[in-house]
Amino acid sequence: MLDRILTVLFVVILLGAGLVYGLTIPDRLNAAALPDPAMGDAARGETVFWAGGCASCHAPSKAEGDDKLKLGGGDPIRSDFGTFHAPNISPDPDAGIGQWSFVDFANAMKRGVSPDGKHLYPAFPYTSYVKMTDGDLNDLWAFMRTLPKVATTAPANDLAFPFNVRRGIGLWKLAFMDGPGPIIALPEDASEAQKRGRYLVEGPGHCGQCHTPRLLYGAGGLDDAHWLQGAPNPDGEGRIPNITPSEAGIGSWSASDIAYYLESGFTPDFDSVGGSMVDVQENIARLPAADREAIAAYLKVVPAAGGRPGE
Amino acid sequence: MSDMRSLTLISALTLGCATLVALPAIAQNLDAIEKRQELMKENGKAAKAGGAMAKGETEFSAEKANEVFTSMHEIAMDFGNHFPEDSKTGGKTEAAPAIWEKPDAFQAALVKYQNDTQAAIDAAPQDLASFRQQFGMVAQNCKSCHEEFRIDKD
Repeated sequence: MLDRILTVLFVVILLGAGLVYGLTIPDRLNAAALPDPAMGDAARGETVFWAGGCASCHAPSKAEGDDKLKLGGGDPIRSDFGTFHAPNISPDPDAGIGQWSFVDFANAMKRGVSPDGKHLYPAFPYTSYVKMTDGDLNDLWAFMRTLPKVATTAPANDLAFPFNVRRGIGLWKLAFMDGPGPIIALPEDASEAQKRGRYLVEGPGHCGQCHTPRLLYGAGGLDDAHWLQGAPNPDGEGRIPNITPSEAGIGSWSASDIAYYLESGFTPDFDSVGGSMVDVQENIARLPAADREAIAAYLKVVPAAGGRPGE
Repeated sequence: MSDMRSLTLISALTLGCATLVALPAIAQNLDAIEKRQELMKENGKAAKAGGAMAKGETEFSAEKANEVFTSMHEIAMDFGNHFPEDSKTGGKTEAAPAIWEKPDAFQAALVKYQNDTQAAIDAAPQDLASFRQQFGMVAQNCKSCHEEFRIDKD
């Protein structure tokens, strides 16, 4: 009898393990459907680069000017799960990603999977980048190939159990990985600017990663029901503000106030941008004015709500 | 025994009262917090007046420009005096711990603001283009300081 129970238990465990293994197999893009990397436009890719904020994590801390293009890995990112170190994504063949193909790059950006088939941590915001067009990815890749090689290897992540088990990210993705579709439905007669703004904010700009609260006590994916309504500061003390057009948010700002803030770093009251947003604002200031106006147009039409979630 | 007891009681009471009186003073220096918040509010007013001119919302005047820079400079000279050790928390302060953890860097940021506002006063811009240039230089100080030394709590 005991034998039987043990056998059944063994089989159940084996099946369970097999199921988890199967469910957490990294999912890859269909390489044949991706554009030809020879068609990538590096000049256009530079705009995508600033919209994506790549330098904020992958360039040295406090980098100014051309140093923002040296992507050897940036400041440690301290979180509740441990310390993340953004890797070297310069075109160096050994320390960086010089040996990657465009397909490898696209799989990292849109699937969160490395060339050797491992899950990447969602501290790298692929849940937003999945919404980027293949054309933008191709242009971005073309631009990144032109950047200086950095020969230093970034330190490995220092995470506590169970967060250091990469396979576990497969389960996280099952629950929280976002698809390519938009988060906020716009009316049919939405302007081109609103649609462009939605793309920039929800996709490459990955604004929701900080401005939207997370599910599962902060460990899960973005809580789209509270989209851009503000969240605890992932860097530590303080809060990331509500940027919906409500009283608790920035409802009193006009679209041109928002665009001016993104260009200059000044609020309508001439308070200044601060904290980690300084870097973001300076990246967005490098985009064409029409893109800042598009972001503003979108932020005026996202659902207005909230003070602080849970309060 | 009863003497002993009352002595203990008196000691405890005295200690308790002393703690009650002393605690708020140890925990937070609300006056300093209020003073620096007031200064920053004044600074914001000057920045807004300057910003409105820079954006072309109000007409440029050399006199007004001087007022803006002078007000900012006076604030820059005084602001650093209001961050005693006992004012790290309380009173809705948004001062970041980095102010006390990296006093040299904070001091350097203050000195830069003092110098830049003085340079703008000395430059005494007489037209909108040169005002914009000076104001831009001064205004860079806001975010470079707020990047590290302010925590947004709203």
